[in-house]
Amino acid sequence: MRLASILPASIVGLILFFLAFPIVVVAIVSFSSATYLTFPPPAFGLRWYEAYFSNPDWLKPTWVSIWVACAVVVLATFLGTLAALGIARLPKAMRIVAAGLILSPLIVPGIVVAIGIYYAYSRYGLVGTPIAMVLAHTCLAVPFVVTSVTASLSGIDPRLEQAALSLGATPGATFFQVTLPLIQPGVLVGALFAFITSFDELIVALFISGTGAVTLPRRMWDDLRFQIDPTIAAVSTLTIVLTAALMGAAHLLRKRAERTRTATSSAVA
Amino acid sequence: MSEIAQPASLALAVSRPRSPPFDWRRAVPFLLAAPLLLYMVVLYALPVVAMLLRSVNDPTWTLANYATLLDDVVFQKTFWITINTSVTVTLGCLILGYPVAMGLVRARSMAPFILVIILLPFWTSVLVRSYAWMVLLGRHGLVNEALLALGMIDRPIRILNTPLATQIAMIHILLPYMILPIANALRQIDPSLIRAASGLGSTPFMTFRQVILPLSMSGVAAGTLLTFVLALGFYITPAMVGGPRDITLSMLIAQQVDQLNWAYAATLSAVLLATALAILAVARKLPGVGNAFKTSMR
Repeated sequence: MRLASILPASIVGLILFFLAFPIVVVAIVSFSSATYLTFPPPAFGLRWYEAYFSNPDWLKPTWVSIWVACAVVVLATFLGTLAALGIARLPKAMRIVAAGLILSPLIVPGIVVAIGIYYAYSRYGLVGTPIAMVLAHTCLAVPFVVTSVTASLSGIDPRLEQAALSLGATPGATFFQVTLPLIQPGVLVGALFAFITSFDELIVALFISGTGAVTLPRRMWDDLRFQIDPTIAAVSTLTIVLTAALMGAAHLLRKRAERTRTATSSAVA
Repeated sequence: MSEIAQPASLALAVSRPRSPPFDWRRAVPFLLAAPLLLYMVVLYALPVVAMLLRSVNDPTWTLANYATLLDDVVFQKTFWITINTSVTVTLGCLILGYPVAMGLVRARSMAPFILVIILLPFWTSVLVRSYAWMVLLGRHGLVNEALLALGMIDRPIRILNTPLATQIAMIHILLPYMILPIANALRQIDPSLIRAASGLGSTPFMTFRQVILPLSMSGVAAGTLLTFVLALGFYITPAMVGGPRDITLSMLIAQQVDQLNWAYAATLSAVLLATALAILAVARKLPGVGNAFKTSMR
């Protein structure tokens, strides 16, 4: 009887170990003092972080990635939020077509998107420019903004907007003073997703970053082709920490939004 | 005359159904959605379609590129490897994912902790996770060292750059896509059904087999389809940890683009896309899957 209850728990534990362990290993290796990749490390040190922070070959792609991701956040959040507001009120048939187009990058295989974009962008001389990276990554980031904003829109109690309108607020004032504050967490979550989507993206970058807009994932990929030195472990650990922090923030925002939402609509009721 | 006509024309003006004035409020949704739709058409959809058209209009309109696939040995081998890998990975995810989903739903105080362990790899980029497996599975990697220390092998075995490495890394990457929809379905099962079953004398295994498993099938179906479709398009992981001769469809496409063989690359892309879309189209017809999909995509 006791074995029967311990066994499933230990199986789940083992699978969770399988999920977490590789990432933990990368983090540990990044603090290795050895000049080659070995586990467990003979001693610990920060030499691979020094190697990363003192090498312009790593820092330049990092800045390109940050710059591109920030531009993607602005563009994708603006276009995506407007579209989410519009799509929710479109006639059903049009809503399905629009949502299908906007969400399709989630399903269309990455390589197909990447070579399609490469095929078209190269004709206009965009390959190898940061602009091309921003334009392409925005297409991949927009689905996350639209789904996130749509989810927070669908959670709004319609009586809040009706109350504002019936109390004499103009549609514009209703939007800026009622709707926008309510969807703001959804917009922020979408923006965080957009940043991470661009910051981590590799397949499109492989084809269109050329030599002029090498991003951090592209630089890591190029490096892995020749050697596996622990600098990549240090870079990986930094990106894991950054991504985890941003996603953790997104998670908390979402939780808080759910709480405010229930609070405001129960206040109305 | 005018005194009589006046009220008549007035009545006419009132009763005649005037064409309604253009209501700008009805145009607002279209105006809001238009910029993004235009953006997506010009910078994403048209590029992909233009590329795909190279499969039928190079040099003139023809389906010859598709016809030659029928006796193209390279394509058939690649297609088989891709399907085979996707099936293996999906099964692996199902076997490992279901217990974790149950653990996640049943755990009380541990649930946030389990969720973080599931989501941390989920949020980490595919590149970093593939790199982690390079570190683990390499000739002097942790797995080889552990097997040597345990005396299970005499000298390091080759795991990195084999199909097995691709499968392990892809299962690791895709597992959360299987766990989350199944956990969603399990969470919606009415607990009183399980109490009723055990109250009526059902053993835990029978309850699982006859109550929990059937009621979670919508989540299983959604997770399986999502995992399979995503696995079909994998490129980075097989290229990094897979064998040099075990080429997936995505890798073959990239290779053909490098050789500027656009017609062939476009034909292969169309096949890959059509396979993914066909599976999704079939999936939507299954009861319960559509909804499970929607909730799990959030």
